[in-house]
Amino acid sequence: MSRITLTTSALAILATSTAAAARDQVQVAGSSTVLPYATIVAELFGENFDHPTPVIESGGSSAGLKKFCDGVGDNTIDIANASRRIKPAEIAACEVAGVSELIEVRIGYDGIVFASDIGGESFAFTPADWYKALAAEIVQDGRLAPNPATMWNEVNPDLPAQEIVAFVPGTKHGTREVFDLKVIEQGCKDSGAAAELESLGADAGRHCTSLRTDGRAVEIDGDYTETLARIDSNTDGIGVFGLSFYENNTVKLQVATMNGVVPSAETIASGNYPVSRPLYFYVKQAHFDMVPGLKDYAEFFVSDDIAGPGGPLADYGLVPDPELAETQEILADEVLMN
Amino acid sequence: MSDQAARPISLLKRSGHTARRHAAEARFRTCGLGAILIGLLALAMLLASVLGSGLGAFRQTYIHLPIHLDEAALDKSGNRDPKALKKVTTISYGKVIAASLNDTVLQAGIATQGLTKDDIAGIISREAPAQVRDMVLSDTDLIGKTIQVRLLANGRIDGYLKGRITAATAARDSNVSPAQLQLADVMMERGLMSLDFNAAFLTAPDASDQRPEAAGLGVAILGSAYMMLIVLALALPIGVAASIYLEEFAPKNGLTDLIEVNISNLAAVPSIVFGILGLAIFINFAGLPHSAPVVGGLVLTLMTLPTIIIATRASLKAVPPSIRQAAQGLGASRMQAVFHHVLPLAAPGILTGAILGLAQALGETAPLLLIGMVAFVREYPGAPPEGLFDPASALPVQIYNWTQRADPAFVERASGAIIVLLAFLLFMNAGAILLRRRFERRW
Repeated sequence: MSRITLTTSALAILATSTAAAARDQVQVAGSSTVLPYATIVAELFGENFDHPTPVIESGGSSAGLKKFCDGVGDNTIDIANASRRIKPAEIAACEVAGVSELIEVRIGYDGIVFASDIGGESFAFTPADWYKALAAEIVQDGRLAPNPATMWNEVNPDLPAQEIVAFVPGTKHGTREVFDLKVIEQGCKDSGAAAELESLGADAGRHCTSLRTDGRAVEIDGDYTETLARIDSNTDGIGVFGLSFYENNTVKLQVATMNGVVPSAETIASGNYPVSRPLYFYVKQAHFDMVPGLKDYAEFFVSDDIAGPGGPLADYGLVPDPELAETQEILADEVLMN
Repeated sequence: MSDQAARPISLLKRSGHTARRHAAEARFRTCGLGAILIGLLALAMLLASVLGSGLGAFRQTYIHLPIHLDEAALDKSGNRDPKALKKVTTISYGKVIAASLNDTVLQAGIATQGLTKDDIAGIISREAPAQVRDMVLSDTDLIGKTIQVRLLANGRIDGYLKGRITAATAARDSNVSPAQLQLADVMMERGLMSLDFNAAFLTAPDASDQRPEAAGLGVAILGSAYMMLIVLALALPIGVAASIYLEEFAPKNGLTDLIEVNISNLAAVPSIVFGILGLAIFINFAGLPHSAPVVGGLVLTLMTLPTIIIATRASLKAVPPSIRQAAQGLGASRMQAVFHHVLPLAAPGILTGAILGLAQALGETAPLLLIGMVAFVREYPGAPPEGLFDPASALPVQIYNWTQRADPAFVERASGAIIVLLAFLLFMNAGAILLRRRFERRW
């Protein structure tokens, strides 16, 4: 009999507490690139404010935004971290679920770096090298042909004679979009391939960004730690990392230059290093009144002490946003995205 | 015919057939032995790699330091107003600690060539200001005094003392310099720094990427314990009731056969499916909160139920029918026969099955992914029952999280967490064996 009472009491607790489960801590999900920054801020927030430390999930920008657009209410998340801007389709999905009052917060910039094993050759890339090495099909003798390149020195004689193996982020990562846009598409244009494709009547947009599938462009769906493990086991591999991840692993990795520029916070802030992107988080205005501490957390995140130069985020590898003051105003005035 | 007559079979002489049979047996034994050796080798490799990289997590580098809690920096008004004191952030406390460390190093006459003030302060963990701030907020009389404290050292310094980082790798490391390592060496000699047992690893909450030295398993262990509590409270009674009914009372027909097949099938369903179910039913439909142990516990209950039902039915079946017949022959009802005689005899088997089911649930990550428990959680959940609705992490989730962190120091933490999880599993499985040995009856 005692077993039965135990069960019923457990169920009773369940039933009564469901209604009363008002939340007092901020819940966040999204980009694994933003995750380390968000945890650093959450930790400092928990230490210095009376509110509890926010709970932060990762899982990728797309997954986070999808969760974010589930609706408004206690059992939906308050903030989605993203390493790219929200897409119109996602805004539409949000609106369908009743999440129409979004505030977009840009927290700073992150560089995307190309790094290889510390014991191997060093590389000086241009976007055109990456396009020629990784494009699925290239124009040869006036026709489209599968990419024949197997060694880096075949695409550019200045590069070392090393097998082409590249670990690029999978499509669920926001980083991939930036990689496609700023490296592969740029390389397609720079190398003149885009013009050649158009003269052939082929769809340049699609041919420029389709990567080869013969095992030389390996998509990594996990985190940068997986990319690092792949390079550990195949020292010919070149991986795509966030600047902060590289800076924490300078013992194992050496970084390649892009267009002759070494990636660093300075070169990314000045715009000399070409492959960088802004990082964002999106917050539901409707939750400001519902979840205590939500606005404090959002404002704390982009305060000068945290996201500004010399702050803990900059220490970790975030490139501070020169227009941080504007972001702070957007949050203070609760300016919605349109 | 004539051939057989010419070769009579002798019992004293080994025939070719016997020799072949013996050889086959010897071959089979070697194969079996080989299989066991391969298994043992794999286990030894796993243990060696986990213990090799994880034992370090149970020891931690601490800095012993007198800290002058400067009133001018921490309480400008001087009236110890709790509200004003709370406004003083960890950044101010960081400066106070850095100044005290600098003074201590200077007074001890330690050479600091090639080190800036920031470099010297860099050997202390970023967690330290929070430690000191908590101390001051809980006892405001400390302000203005000099107190002796034990602070965490930075993860890289800790890594150096544990042999993970060497002067050669530090030269290439952007987060630590060889000069800082030399300073650590000197401080170690002077007794300002020590490598002690790390109890906080089992009690402290998770920490961010910048503080691997402060990360602990406290929230994860609590979250796992809450979930196991729910699984035990729900899966055991439901599972046992279902099996008793199916085994002892239900008519044997097509419907019960169908149920039986389905239960066996559910036991083999991938655990992520239960996570999807949990998200749809418990969070989206029932409105339970994200990241809460209650949802995790319910999902794991669903996952563990088939295991418990199968084990319970097997142990009920193992009780000889003569027991039931004897009880009923003496006038007991069917229910009395089951509850007074069959169930007590089957109990050891049921408990073993339940413990094994719990152990399986304890190590499960996939279903928790979808219900938001794979997260960075720093706040301890409250006491049950309300605490069951607070966000928490779980042991296997914590391992998964740590393996994804950029700082290599988290590899040690992740392996340490694996050791803790293995210890819990070993403890539970040993309990199951003990119960079986103790109470099992054979007929």
